[in-house]
Amino acid sequence: MKAPPFAYARASTLSEAHALLADPDAKPIAGGQSLLASLAFRLSQPTLLVDIGRISELSGVTLLGDHLRIGALTTHAALGRNDLIRRHVPLLADAASLIAHPAIRNRGTIGGSLAYADPAAELPACVVALDATIIVGSARGERRIAAADFFTGLLSTVLADGELITAVEVPCRAATDRMTIAEIARRSGDYAMAGVAVKLAMNGPQVSAARLVMFGVGEGPVLAVHAMAALVGQPMEASAIETAQAALDRDIDPPADHHGGPDTKRHLARVVLGRALNKIATEAA
Amino acid sequence: MSQHVDITLTVNGERVSRRVEARTHLVDFLRGDLGLMGSHVGCEHGVCGACTLRVDGDIVRGCLVLAAQLDGANIETIEGVSDSGEIRDLQDAFIARNAAQCGFCTPGMLITAADLLKHNAKPSRDDIREHISGNYCRCTGYHAIVDAVETVAKARAVKV
Repeated sequence: MKAPPFAYARASTLSEAHALLADPDAKPIAGGQSLLASLAFRLSQPTLLVDIGRISELSGVTLLGDHLRIGALTTHAALGRNDLIRRHVPLLADAASLIAHPAIRNRGTIGGSLAYADPAAELPACVVALDATIIVGSARGERRIAAADFFTGLLSTVLADGELITAVEVPCRAATDRMTIAEIARRSGDYAMAGVAVKLAMNGPQVSAARLVMFGVGEGPVLAVHAMAALVGQPMEASAIETAQAALDRDIDPPADHHGGPDTKRHLARVVLGRALNKIATEAA
Repeated sequence: MSQHVDITLTVNGERVSRRVEARTHLVDFLRGDLGLMGSHVGCEHGVCGACTLRVDGDIVRGCLVLAAQLDGANIETIEGVSDSGEIRDLQDAFIARNAAQCGFCTPGMLITAADLLKHNAKPSRDDIREHISGNYCRCTGYHAIVDAVETVAKARAVKV
């Protein structure tokens, strides 16, 4: 279908964008890879689209001491090839290759993916796993929000009307950190039926801290606290991985979707967690 | 604020200025305003890949970009890359390998294949399948397309 009619304005600065987005019927457009599809379905009828795609304050990846600042306009393709990201937060580079297809990765942005908050999307789970901070701004000022507090449910976040994601701040990996992402999808590039983003801190052979964030099995990214607890203090071996997989059942309550019922989703979640942890165990060995 | 936007952009090397409805996506602009019918409108929500073309050198979904967003951009369509001869070897291989039947997906498939070969001169068959995973073909079963792209990759490697 065709999108409904709307007005269009290009903002050249962040403050101009904030002023235009004070209109409650306005929506920002950056890459537009989710928004334009939802407009084609007429799921949304904004009266004004504010193009934020050329605002330089929202661009760029910068190393600031012990963390990276990733501008909201950074595309998935750029996440995948950026040297700073590959070196300091390889999880995001690995995630990029799982997001949709090359033509979509060239336009879709990290800010757009986080704001849209699809429960099966990779980047929301990654920023929670990485303990990132999401910086948002509006005409009223700036807020810094922990990623774990940002997502509130199905396609929902704490973003208020008129607020725009400016950047994401992500702690750089320590030399002893291990991270990976795994997902199961019917077609490469489709949204995941089940997936997991993993960050482990290692003390020699033992796991000293674990972040396991599931996606595609709930209403948003799900922190798997029982599975995490099952790993801490254990060596990365088959028995610890099996215990974590068993504990995962208490962490998720997957709704049925077009891929299958809750039991199918639970099974897929266990399988994908096992694949991710075994990959880390194999690399360590 | 206006529902119409003035844009100037380059399409296949020619400078074009038009006033467009803000809601017009790039493929409708190319087909309706410029008469370039090579980019196909399939699903219109980014799933099928039939509208794949190049904006500033990168492949994009033409249905997921507004013409209004592209003031100043450089657009290359299947017409442009055909006339320039850039993908002549891919087109010949698609014919030789029977990699097109109805032809609806072919322009998007060719531009996606050209993009793969630009970034990866020696793709494996898995790499080829991965790169075209966002382009639906309902005729060939993909095997012939993978054959054609692999043939061109090997031929180009010998030439260099």
